[in-house]
Amino acid sequence: MPFPKVTLERPRWTPFNIVAAIIVVVGLAITGIRFTQGLAATTRLSDYNPWGLWIGFDLLVGVALAAGGYVTSAACYLFGLKRFHTAVRPAILTGFLGYALVVLALHYDVGRPWRLPYPFLVQQGTTSLLFEVAACVALYLTVLFIEWTPAALEWLGLKRARNLVVRLTLVLTIFGVVLSTLHQSSLGALFLIAPSKLHPLWYSPYLALFFFVSSIVAGLSMVIFEGALAHRYFHHKMDEAHRREADGVALGFAKAASWVLAGYFVLKVVGVAQADAWRHLASGYGAWFLVEVIGFVLLPCFFFAVGAREKNLKIVRFTAAWAVLGIVINRFNVGLIAFNYHLPAEERYFPHWMEIGISLFIVTIGILAYKFIVSHMPILYAHPDYEPH
Amino acid sequence: MSISRRRFLGWMGAAGAGFAAAGRAHAGAPPRGAGNPDALGVLFDVTRCIGCRKCEEACNRVNELPPPERPFHDLAVLEKRRRTDARTYTVVNRYTGIEGARGPVYRKVQCNHCLEPACASACFVRAFTKNADGSVTYDESVCVGCRYCMIACPFEIPTYEYDKAFTPRVMKCTFCHPRLVQGLLPGCVEACPAEALTFGRRRDLLRVARARMAQSPGRYIDHIYGEFEMGGTAWLTISGVPFRAIGMREDLGTTPAPELTKGALGVVPVVAAMWPVLLTGIYAINRRRDRIAREEREAAVAAALARAEDEAKKKLAEALAKADKDKKAAIEREVKKALEEAARARAEASAPAAPEGGGETKPA
Repeated sequence: MPFPKVTLERPRWTPFNIVAAIIVVVGLAITGIRFTQGLAATTRLSDYNPWGLWIGFDLLVGVALAAGGYVTSAACYLFGLKRFHTAVRPAILTGFLGYALVVLALHYDVGRPWRLPYPFLVQQGTTSLLFEVAACVALYLTVLFIEWTPAALEWLGLKRARNLVVRLTLVLTIFGVVLSTLHQSSLGALFLIAPSKLHPLWYSPYLALFFFVSSIVAGLSMVIFEGALAHRYFHHKMDEAHRREADGVALGFAKAASWVLAGYFVLKVVGVAQADAWRHLASGYGAWFLVEVIGFVLLPCFFFAVGAREKNLKIVRFTAAWAVLGIVINRFNVGLIAFNYHLPAEERYFPHWMEIGISLFIVTIGILAYKFIVSHMPILYAHPDYEPH
Repeated sequence: MSISRRRFLGWMGAAGAGFAAAGRAHAGAPPRGAGNPDALGVLFDVTRCIGCRKCEEACNRVNELPPPERPFHDLAVLEKRRRTDARTYTVVNRYTGIEGARGPVYRKVQCNHCLEPACASACFVRAFTKNADGSVTYDESVCVGCRYCMIACPFEIPTYEYDKAFTPRVMKCTFCHPRLVQGLLPGCVEACPAEALTFGRRRDLLRVARARMAQSPGRYIDHIYGEFEMGGTAWLTISGVPFRAIGMREDLGTTPAPELTKGALGVVPVVAAMWPVLLTGIYAINRRRDRIAREEREAAVAAALARAEDEAKKKLAEALAKADKDKKAAIEREVKKALEEAARARAEASAPAAPEGGGETKPA
């Protein structure tokens, strides 16, 4: 079968395209500055604040929000929830794009990005949790790539290769869950080594567990959230099965997210109790902690439950966006806001506009890649020539 | 052997198996309290420091660091609180208005050369080495520039060359390791005119510190900073004012940094070993449940079919029987009718010819 022809339509100047074009152009310009002038020219990183937005958002938030891939494939292939089958491919795609962009963003953040393979190839610092994160992210990106290839291979018409990959589904799914468990938790465990720098309300020996459990919430919520967006903008690309199952996926995931959030809330309370940090609740940081744990954990938990019970998709979708925001806030708190809480205000970090520009640039690349792939490959519909797997 | 054990372990770690991780949590640092008994250290006596910045100058010279913005004899820089940066391995800060202190107090800041360094434990390319002489040194040739060492260091010592686009390095005090190897004193120690810095074996320095405390009652706070902080440091500090008053954190605890991540690293091989078993089990249970459900459904369908068939057979038999009966009845009826007709015919034939109208008056 001949390879499919990609017909590029003449770009239309829709508001989305204009904004995307501006972000991409500015992003490329900042990229030029970053790689010729260095980090000092583009960031507000300092000796006190070695990690900024590119770690706090691009790495910590990026990895958490890309958890939909492992959550959905585990639900469908391992836990036997077959009615969620049509949600797997979009979730794998966004997971793959998410991790690819995390790795891209790391190239901006580290001082010598061409040495990123060094921890594997040159000298292994196995006592470092960052080593574990790096190894798992690298492996999981590979797994997600392979999991995503059936869509591309169907598009390209490479039937035999596609069928070979499909046969690996179970192994890849299990491998993906193992790797995700490890690095999602390790991202939290990165901060275990700095108890003197992270505020006691956020520092906990359970940090790894917090990050892992909340990544499940992030994955579930992102699948609902992206599903809602896909329905709005790519409805015409969806086949009958996808449209039929979509509401069930949203409601089922909402129910799961509600339960996991309930568990996560209890864990957070246990964390405060374990650290005996109750007295800190009365401080400014305490108020902010309560905003996070009540406003962005307990309330979404409640509204997910209401939405699932009433079968109200509006509530479910709104709550999904809310819970996603809660994850963003949590990762910002651990990585940026409650980190270095002991420093005087003038030593604290606030991102340079170019750091924000690169983060926006990377998110935009992700959206554009998603748009292209969904428009051309069988993601939201099953290819008629192939058995679903 | 073509691959070394270390490389093999590295691969195991890279494969996500992480067998190496738990066992090597102490890499780069000797266990607490042990290690090289002859390891060196420096005792910094805050009560002796006069804030002359000669140590800064010497450090700058022996490490060939870039010249400072303002000369080292300019003591006006002490007005501002400073920290180590990419051009400065050590700084002296001045603290005034401390309760119980006569006049200003000066404190020197540099790498404390932890017995179990957080930076070495955190580095994912092992760029940091805890040397036998007690110094913690950095190898820029492998550094990726992730700056996790800076996150990890409880004393906020490592700094980064953010302004270099192509060869940025982590910069920090080396304890003048290259000079120690040559039998020379660290630059700062050699330059100190007030003998605020005492160089020697760490275990001897602990004795010296205690001796000074004993000799001058009331002069010192009864604590040797660095004896146990974060598992102990090669550099020790004694002071006449509370340590927190001169910017030294008193809440660091005595747990060495590698201990803090030991648990999380130890979980890695457990997850790697048990998750596949657990997940395959869940998959198998679900598949088995599906299979049994299918079998039960099939059995139910088969039973229903059999029942339906039985019923159909019964109905057919009944219908047949009924049809048989009907047929018999019909035959009997027909036979009876035929017999009656025959009887009538016979009767008509045997009777004398009746008048024409006789038959009509007697209806049958």
